Amino acid sequence: MEAIRTEALSKYYGKARGITDVSLTVEQGGFYGFIGPNGAGKSTTIRLLLGLISATGGRAEVLGMDISRERTRILEKTGYLPSEAAFYGGMRVRDIIALSARLRKKDCAAEARRLCEKLELDDSRRVEELSLGNRKKVGIVCAMQHRPELYILDEPTSGLDPLMQQEFYALLRERNAEGATVFLSSHVLSEVARWCTHAAVIRDGRLLAADSVESLGHTGVKRVALRGAAELPELAGVRDTREENGTLTFLYGGKPAELLTALAALAPEDVTISDPDLEEVFMHYYAKGDA
Amino acid sequence: MTVFFHELRRNRLSLAVWAAAIAFMLGISVLIYPQMTAQMAEINEVFADMGSFTAAFGMDKVSFGEFGGYFSIECGNVLGLGGALFAAILGISALAREEREHTAEFLYTHPLTRTRIVGEKLAAVLAQILLLNLAVAAVALLSMRVIGESAEAKPLLLLFLAYLLMQAELAAITFGVSAFLRSGGMGLGIGAAIMLYFLNILANITEKAAFLKFITPFGYTDGADIMSSGRLEIKYLAVGLLLAAAGVSAAFLKYGKKDI
Repeated sequence: MEAIRTEALSKYYGKARGITDVSLTVEQGGFYGFIGPNGAGKSTTIRLLLGLISATGGRAEVLGMDISRERTRILEKTGYLPSEAAFYGGMRVRDIIALSARLRKKDCAAEARRLCEKLELDDSRRVEELSLGNRKKVGIVCAMQHRPELYILDEPTSGLDPLMQQEFYALLRERNAEGATVFLSSHVLSEVARWCTHAAVIRDGRLLAADSVESLGHTGVKRVALRGAAELPELAGVRDTREENGTLTFLYGGKPAELLTALAALAPEDVTISDPDLEEVFMHYYAKGDA
Repeated sequence: MTVFFHELRRNRLSLAVWAAAIAFMLGISVLIYPQMTAQMAEINEVFADMGSFTAAFGMDKVSFGEFGGYFSIECGNVLGLGGALFAAILGISALAREEREHTAEFLYTHPLTRTRIVGEKLAAVLAQILLLNLAVAAVALLSMRVIGESAEAKPLLLLFLAYLLMQAELAAITFGVSAFLRSGGMGLGIGAAIMLYFLNILANITEKAAFLKFITPFGYTDGADIMSSGRLEIKYLAVGLLLAAAGVSAAFLKYGKKDI
């Protein structure tokens, strides 16, 4: 069974676009990344899946249940982390976490304690005193304490420091290994590339690509920057070249060994080879779409 | 009942402040009555002789010189207006507040039907109104005992019942409006309460505007009317209950499929 399945799912806010014809399949037990810039439609898709908003077209199932008819049963089995978690003012962290458990009619006290410890969250603080990162942690505990079958996480790591991000992904991995499905949105490509097994790319409300991360990420494209090189290497797969302050940069989509040989011949003062940023990967997908 | 108790807990400070303020004002009004009676002969003449102004507050129907009459008018001003403001603010913010404070995403992604959430929120609003009125009535009765005055039990009970119903009606209507709002609405709630209060005053002043009593819930809570007739005006009350039912239905229908 699929954890999430959408068919031509669309949402318009009046005339304004939310998403258009999004068809997406997330297998049960998957670790799925949903990539796209701000405003691309990631949150709209997620809010549709959770029944916060209703679709203007298409349909979707979560854990085999229709999103418009079985909203409550879906929510029972789902843990959701909003991108900007807001809580009731005047309450302590532990009260919020307990409220969330009571709203689920479950006793999650032991698991909540364990999660707070792992995330180094002081549960006696008042929510309005919390930093963005700590608010996020409260959201994480609320999303995970009832051990749901499906995790829907909207930009889960924004605001978390790198160590906490590691801890958080370790927790998710643990749950994933136990059989839970993880579906998270992000605009940080490296994060998705590192942790997710599958990913989809959305832009301007439309799905551009959906595949395993291996095939998506290993488009083989790298961003190469050369300082002190007189000319570009003569290689197939070099494009989008730029020159700034004596540094040549280009995208390279060929074999790494050939690139290294060519670079050695150019004898530059300095070389940087990195994953292209999100925009560049999009450019790559756009180029593919145009061809 | 988690949402119900959460709402009560969340509003406990506001409820305490409103109840204390209204009870305090009403208590003081009762406590100063003995001093007023000393000069009452004069006052009564003055109040009875102000034309429309006298009618506006119903002082042509009851005697300010009797405790019952005095209390019904003071109660109308303090508990009537104060309670109406409290109820309107409570009703208008019950649903919209979740969206204004961005807590809607938290609440509505827990496994509860929208109907259940709306129902528990409505119950919490009504429970708070009941608590406020009980507290105010208790303080009023205590103050009466202190000064050794009393009013007839039946009209007094009706008076408190009328205020309770009026606040429940206002809360139900603003609750319905609240379902359509994304944020704020506080001004709308306060404005509606004050406007309805003045509509009743207008209806008291001129016969031509008497029909306004059908529209405003202050129509059936006019303390002077209740004290002088000893009963609630059912025709006004019935319209009020219909409006309240419409407000509640609107809330359930709208919120059931609202984009949050």
